Amino acid sequence: MLPGCLRQSKKNTSVNSLSSEGGSGATPAPSVTKMTSEIRPATSVTPRQASANKGGRREHIIGWLFVIPALLMYASFVLLPLLMSVQYSFFRWNGIGAMTWVGLDNYATVLDDPDLLGTVFNAFRLVVFFSFIPVSLGLVVASIMHRMATGRLGEIARTVLFLPQVIPLVAAGIIWGWLLALPGLINEILRAIGFGEVTRAWLGDFDWALPAVGFIGIWVLLGFCTVLLWTGMTKLDPALFESARIDGASWFTEFTRITVPLLRNEIGVCLTVTVIAALAAFDIVYVSTAGGPGNSTAVPGIQIYILAFTEQRIGPASALAVILMLLVLIVILPIQRLNREAT
Amino acid sequence: MLSKHKLLSTLIVAATLVALVLASHSQRAIAQDAAPDCGTEPITLNAYFETGFDIPFALADEFAKQYPNVTWDIKQDQFTNLINSTPRLLSGDNPPDLIRLPTMVSFANQGLLMSLDGYAEAFGWNDWPVPQLNQNRVAEDGTRGSGSLYAMGLNYSLTGIFYNKEQAAQIGMTEPPQTLAEFDALLASAKEAGLLPIMQWGSARSGMGLAFPLQALMASVGPVGPINDWIFQKPDATIDTPSNLVAAEHLAEWIQNGYFPPDINAIEYTDANARFGQGEGVFIFNGDWQNAGYDTDMPGNVGFFLMPPAEEGGSPAAMSAPLTFGIAANAVNADCAAFFLNWVATDETARQINVAIGGSNPGGPSGLTMPSVAEGSITNETLAAGPVVGEAGTSMDFIANATSAIFAQGWTPELQKMVGGRQDAAGLLAAVQEEYERELAE
Repeated sequence: MLPGCLRQSKKNTSVNSLSSEGGSGATPAPSVTKMTSEIRPATSVTPRQASANKGGRREHIIGWLFVIPALLMYASFVLLPLLMSVQYSFFRWNGIGAMTWVGLDNYATVLDDPDLLGTVFNAFRLVVFFSFIPVSLGLVVASIMHRMATGRLGEIARTVLFLPQVIPLVAAGIIWGWLLALPGLINEILRAIGFGEVTRAWLGDFDWALPAVGFIGIWVLLGFCTVLLWTGMTKLDPALFESARIDGASWFTEFTRITVPLLRNEIGVCLTVTVIAALAAFDIVYVSTAGGPGNSTAVPGIQIYILAFTEQRIGPASALAVILMLLVLIVILPIQRLNREAT
Repeated sequence: MLSKHKLLSTLIVAATLVALVLASHSQRAIAQDAAPDCGTEPITLNAYFETGFDIPFALADEFAKQYPNVTWDIKQDQFTNLINSTPRLLSGDNPPDLIRLPTMVSFANQGLLMSLDGYAEAFGWNDWPVPQLNQNRVAEDGTRGSGSLYAMGLNYSLTGIFYNKEQAAQIGMTEPPQTLAEFDALLASAKEAGLLPIMQWGSARSGMGLAFPLQALMASVGPVGPINDWIFQKPDATIDTPSNLVAAEHLAEWIQNGYFPPDINAIEYTDANARFGQGEGVFIFNGDWQNAGYDTDMPGNVGFFLMPPAEEGGSPAAMSAPLTFGIAANAVNADCAAFFLNWVATDETARQINVAIGGSNPGGPSGLTMPSVAEGSITNETLAAGPVVGEAGTSMDFIANATSAIFAQGWTPELQKMVGGRQDAAGLLAAVQEEYERELAE
């Protein structure tokens, strides 16, 4: 055992020195430079510049040909509707008849209505449940799995945690509605373990409906974050952890000093996906509470739906949608920038 | 030469077109006189029905059996989805010949619905008892209750109070309460006996079911006229009246006394009925569309009465709404669809199906006999209650149907707040009135 340890600790020191220079990827770095150094001379040595250019242009065109089908789909099903929403937001329109230009009136309507603005506030409260908790809990769970459950047990745990991603959200919302009802399983368990006084209709309670919806969000998104972060951890050099352990580092030190800093990219992706899931939430909320009780779980997605389809007020609905999109961008762009700086 | 030729052919084409148009017009006029029907040629009716409501499907099957040249192309969707997709369906490329209409005023105003005035004339619908048709009339100023006819009811549902007979006997109820005070006393003794007095649903997804007892209380303590005026969007109509305030305060009292389930804000419509069927709740406010469900869940153990008036000797009132179907303005087979609507109310087999499956009054001319119902079915009691309301002239449409979003944006959140202790009776009516005016101003 002793020789093995020695050997590994030697290897560790070398890895450490490398990683301090060029981030986590220790081995790929040299090979990449090697490849580029091989390609570069080849192009610069070519005698006839013109034909090389021609070839480049042809490659260029072929590249575009490959991209065009996807680009067309993207443009017609994402970009065009996006631009149309922006256009509708300046009109008064019921979706069928004539459109009347109203300038910024729809935006004024949305910003004036405390009920509509309240939905934005609710969306940010959901970020705590949909994003912060799943990401931090996911980090802890993935790290424990990575350290302790490496075999079959870890595989089973990951599958179980990831399952909610496979279940349609509408089905999940309905089932959670039953579980969280007053005669539901959650309250039965609470009663059985002596917490009879705290039982309530979780989705029908003004103070608890939003956290209850958030809890469903945690259940859905925890598996996604855990699996993504765990995958990131498996890419980290095990020698890092082994050397830390030899130095007597606890799980916590390992977690804060090695895992979290080296997983910044994965954490960034998790945050981006989950924050968008929270701010643009619709399905889970619509199926579990439809915005009630009162408006305590109403989020922008629900109000956009009601405005556009129940009230036939496409203008304010589009204005709220545009505001929501801007909000998402304002929150997501800094996360993305941090991510890029990390790499 | 050439141009002369061209001119000639153009003239011929134009003349043919004019002749064709004239011919089709005169044909149509003749058809109107002889009451339109489905003809003998194969014809496909394009229909949109509501998922979960069996009655239109059963009627369509029977109609196709009696008129073999008719085939149905039926699409279906959930009621809430239908509310949202109706304008697009009506204005789309393949406008439905027959469609379940949740609301109609805006569609009538937008010219998306066919006026049925010609058919009413041809079939003699105008001679039917008045309340059947007036809920489906829209005037030019957009108010309901009078004007052109834009829809017909497949049947006419009735709401009231269903009760669990065993539990009612347990609290000493030997006959239905005659006044609101008697009903209040029954609720109090149910509470004392440790029973849940009233089961009701209240989630935002189902729509707040407390709107039923609230409207029943409104009609119990005050006149129904102003309530209908408000639903029909008559000028200056308001829901915020002194007598409605008394009703809303009464409801608030019921809530405070714990007469409703504590988790009402999270109870779905289907769950409320399932729990009532399992014996949770002495009473439930609901409509006769649920009859078949109650007959199955609690055979022989369910009773029905109309909401009693506050004054002794007053007449009971009820929400009674047609199961509304309309014809798109550009429908291809409008004549056949209208013929179907007439057949539903007048054909003996159709009326039998209507009562047996729908549980509701099939309407139609006043001379027709009511089809018989299986003995012991709750439908006997709801059908018997219909004429009481009809004679008293105290039927109302549902306060949730006043505008397309008044239920989702007004009644449901405000009544949920009332349950949560965050809204009082006066605030409830003021908030709903404000939402109503905001929507009408659009």
